[in-house]
Amino acid sequence: MTQPILQIEDLRTHFFTDRGEIPAVDGVSLHVHAGEVLGVVGESGCGKSVTSLSVLRLIPSPPGKIVGGAIRFKERDILRLKEREMRGIRGNAISMIFQEPMTSLNPLFTVGQQIREAVSAHRGLGKKEARAHTVDMLRKVGIPRPESIIDEYPHQLSGGMRQRVMIAMAISCGPELLIADEPTTALDVTIQAQILDLIRRLNEENGTAVMMITHDLGVVAEMCDRVAVMYAGKVVEEGTVRHIFKNPLHPYTQGLIQSVPRMNEQRRRLFSIPGHVPILHTQMRGCRFADRCQHVMPACYEQLPELVELEAGHRSRCLLHEVKFKEDVV
Amino acid sequence: MGHITANTSGGPVVTADKPSGPWRDAWRAFRKNKMAMLGLSMILLFVLIALLAPVLSPYDYKAQELSNRLQPPSAAHWFGTDDLGRDILSRVLHGARISLWVGTFSVVGSIILGTLLGILAGFFGRWLDMIISRLFDILLAFPSILLAIAIVAILGPSLQNALLAIAIVNIPTYGRLVRAKVLSLKNEEYITAARAIGMKNSGILLHHIMPNSLTPIIVQGTLGIATAIIEAAALGFLGLGAQPPAPEWGKMLSDSRQFIATAPWTVMFPGLSIMFTVLAFNLMGDGLRDALDPRMKS
Repeated sequence: MTQPILQIEDLRTHFFTDRGEIPAVDGVSLHVHAGEVLGVVGESGCGKSVTSLSVLRLIPSPPGKIVGGAIRFKERDILRLKEREMRGIRGNAISMIFQEPMTSLNPLFTVGQQIREAVSAHRGLGKKEARAHTVDMLRKVGIPRPESIIDEYPHQLSGGMRQRVMIAMAISCGPELLIADEPTTALDVTIQAQILDLIRRLNEENGTAVMMITHDLGVVAEMCDRVAVMYAGKVVEEGTVRHIFKNPLHPYTQGLIQSVPRMNEQRRRLFSIPGHVPILHTQMRGCRFADRCQHVMPACYEQLPELVELEAGHRSRCLLHEVKFKEDVV
Repeated sequence: MGHITANTSGGPVVTADKPSGPWRDAWRAFRKNKMAMLGLSMILLFVLIALLAPVLSPYDYKAQELSNRLQPPSAAHWFGTDDLGRDILSRVLHGARISLWVGTFSVVGSIILGTLLGILAGFFGRWLDMIISRLFDILLAFPSILLAIAIVAILGPSLQNALLAIAIVNIPTYGRLVRAKVLSLKNEEYITAARAIGMKNSGILLHHIMPNSLTPIIVQGTLGIATAIIEAAALGFLGLGAQPPAPEWGKMLSDSRQFIATAPWTVMFPGLSIMFTVLAFNLMGDGLRDALDPRMKS
């Protein structure tokens, strides 16, 4: 395979709060290849959004700080760039769509003015050209009557339309990587499907790589090529969509997949993983999932398992694998 | 157009040639509010009076007619005359100029400095916020009129210095308002979104933070003009503001207070003028708050 365009290595983003240092992202390694859709899945607070904000260096500081690791975008370490160089990347080479289309547009400006901001920040287009480009973008994301919508204010548009506008803004400079942070969570199901289609189409037509942050396994199954499952600030399993759905290896991933309701089964109580996400702190030992795991062993509380590659491109972080591996060898 | 004139006194930015959505909605809500419209009309009337004072005044406001001292209201002198035989109507009309001028410009001064400091404190935070916020705390630790008196005492009593003192005293009001607004705006998703498309700090401040902090400033500014007019009158009353023969309303009150029993019109008309001006700005300010704030909350 070719060199990935985005390579996150051992990223550590900590938050320094009154209750102490919280390792929200605790040694995450991920990569996204050109033209690929990577899904990052996990429940709330597992660090998936913080990871994506770290890539654009948009962690609110204080209290957040990237304390270690490297983020390489096309061979350049983003964490070492100057703020000015970073601005040249944001919105231009890497752009981002957010969860809440209702609040990610400034209520005081028209849709067109806001997209134009993105364009003029990176391309020195004149007023007329910028407007034409904006209309093109709006048309591209499937907005009807772009010539008149361009002059409307966000409150005049529905949630789905606003998310389309956000996407138009994000792709207006032709980024190579699009980070979508739960882009459909706030939308209703029919609109969700349309927005996902749109993102998929942009990926296929323009070859834009997508990093899709979500907690919805349905979205993952529909959209992604590869998946990284995160739990408590760490990647616990990584593989192709097929790997993850057909052969989940980590007990957490297995639990996640079991808890998805199925249409063809008799009505029964939905499966849920018992317990709660642990409160993160820096002195944690052992496996983060140990408290909730069905297969927990005493060693799980002592030793943090490594992310082990068990078949090509499929890696999991669990002591069970090592036990099995040893048994196989013996 | 009438309501455009009101902009100079901190009114809504409603321009006829460039209708903009959010502002137009606010204007529509404002127009429905009868009390607010009453306030706006009164302010327009006062502005008109102030502008046309030399034309409207029947007499020269400083012409003394000692044979006609302390005359009650009559056909010749509608508001009567003061202890130096000056026509009170003419003085009240000219006084409108002083009060509106001091009120408006001291507020403009406070807003400019307060907004600047508030944005620096709120947006950049850390030690800068620490310094600026403590500065505001210190200014607020003094009773405002006392601080104003102290400033005027240092600079020397004059209308300009009174204006300056009032402006300085009110900086923290706007500064803290803007700081709080900026702090809440900073966490808005569209600010993060603006960063995510590669906007500079300066662009974010100018395009996102400033326009969105405008509404509380407009509301507070309108109400602040009322306060500033009272403070100017108070300084005038204490002899620290406008100097004779300037027809400042507060000064007129203090000059005539010994005649309150014998010639009540000498204090009544300047007093009523202060009251109505302040009332008008308060009505309009409240109306603006009702028109602008609910939209910002949603």
